[in-house]
Amino acid sequence: MNKLKNILTVFRKEFLSFFNSPIAYIVITVFLLFCGWLFFQQFFLAGQASMRPLFALIPLLFIFFAPAITMRLIAEERKTKTISLLLTLPLGNMEIILGKFLAAEALLGVGLLLTLPYAFTVASVGMLDWGPVWGGYLGALLMGAAYLAVGMFCSSLTSNQIVAFILGLGICFVFFIIDKVLLLLPERLSNVFEYLSVDYHFHNIARGVIDLRDLVFYLSFIAAFMIYAIYAIQREDWR
Amino acid sequence: MIEARNLSKTFGPIEAVKDLSFDIREGEVVGLLGPNGAGKSTTIKMLTGYLTPTNGSVKVADLDASREILSIRRRIGYMPQDIPLYEDMVVIDYLHFISDIRQIPAASRREKIKDVAERCSIEKVITQSIGTLSSGYKQRVGLAQALIHNPDILILDEPTSDLDPNQIVEIRNLIKDIGKEKTVIVSSHILSEVQATCGRVMIISEGRLVADGSPDELLAQERSNNIVHVTFLQVGSEEGVDAISWIDGVSRVKPMEDGHFIVEAVKGKDVRPDLFHLAVARNWVILEMRTEQVSLEDVFRKLTMN
Repeated sequence: MNKLKNILTVFRKEFLSFFNSPIAYIVITVFLLFCGWLFFQQFFLAGQASMRPLFALIPLLFIFFAPAITMRLIAEERKTKTISLLLTLPLGNMEIILGKFLAAEALLGVGLLLTLPYAFTVASVGMLDWGPVWGGYLGALLMGAAYLAVGMFCSSLTSNQIVAFILGLGICFVFFIIDKVLLLLPERLSNVFEYLSVDYHFHNIARGVIDLRDLVFYLSFIAAFMIYAIYAIQREDWR
Repeated sequence: MIEARNLSKTFGPIEAVKDLSFDIREGEVVGLLGPNGAGKSTTIKMLTGYLTPTNGSVKVADLDASREILSIRRRIGYMPQDIPLYEDMVVIDYLHFISDIRQIPAASRREKIKDVAERCSIEKVITQSIGTLSSGYKQRVGLAQALIHNPDILILDEPTSDLDPNQIVEIRNLIKDIGKEKTVIVSSHILSEVQATCGRVMIISEGRLVADGSPDELLAQERSNNIVHVTFLQVGSEEGVDAISWIDGVSRVKPMEDGHFIVEAVKGKDVRPDLFHLAVARNWVILEMRTEQVSLEDVFRKLTMN
């Protein structure tokens, strides 16, 4: 009960501080700009009443946006040394990491919510199948969470936000590309690599089919990086 | 209240703290003194659980730091060095955030925040963003944060480094005031500060405890000999040394220029009356006579310089 309250306290502080600084506005604006441009280009070209073009792009966009959201969350605390206070408050490391992670996920959620008008636009001009749309949003939230977990881990490793960003971008990209290099690999390994791909599971869910295997993948992926982050946050600095 | 046993901390090849043991009783106000880099902050960080000791153990209020660190943290108010604060937060929001974590019930929170703001005199800036505050105000916000839950133990790492003389006096009074009922640990390299606020001084040098006692005890240790400076008008070095050496209890006479002599006497012996009688007998004129004051600075310098 106490833990939950602490997570909520950290969440609230971090979420508000996104909007106290320009970060939230910049991230959301640029995200919508990209989505809008890429989506409508396809929309008018293909002439289909579908959100698929948008959801095809989101995995790639999130590779950049997720680390951008998370990069400051712990690295800045290290830089400004507020971490020495944060880690001496009666807070567990897990509560800190989870609170911050949920704040990042909420910001991502706000960004996705603001793309809903696209769906309504499409629905107003044609017959939109809402199944894949909701699947797409759920998938985007899960995949975003996976990328954010990677970003949190990278941010907890360093006091330099740029390092956190680039490192996060690199790791996210590896988990995005991993099923696209299957041709180059022996067949036996290809199943493993496909399973490890964040993108592969996203497309499964975005089709509108929610399979337990995909959920298990995302949840264990997120849990793994959260645990790394919890260990990394207590890494000791010299003074 | 605080029990440190054989604490040591190494960072790679650097040994920051070496085999440090001490006890701090409830209600004591302890000054942790030492030159920069002596291991004061490292020691404090081990007490607050921010750093894990390489060796040794810490117990706070009979709770073992390696197992019950969260319960210990609830009882401690801590202001780290350089007062790290969230610059983009408004002071009052920050205090609310800390109150949330400190589990101060909503009913008494408004009152507690108002109370602590008054004690630290930050009411004027309570609606300002922390980033816009002067360093003096930031320091007091840091102090307010450490006091808000009325902790049993208050740990302040260099609490007056950015304050002006008036504010320093204010903070010292506040520390003294809190020290009446709480355990306080203050680290500092400013000696007068420790002398003014602390009932007990621990001097740390190169990671070791080199002195521990009340300021008076430390001074008494150093004041083993009584030293008197005396200056006579037109008295030669040899003549003076000869005459003064005859005085009972004088262990050493050091002639300086222009009739100035430094007279060292054995402990407990005040040679000033004898010097006066000597001068009368020889018809010398005394221009100046004074005893040398041993200061905490001398003790500090002697213990921390090799």
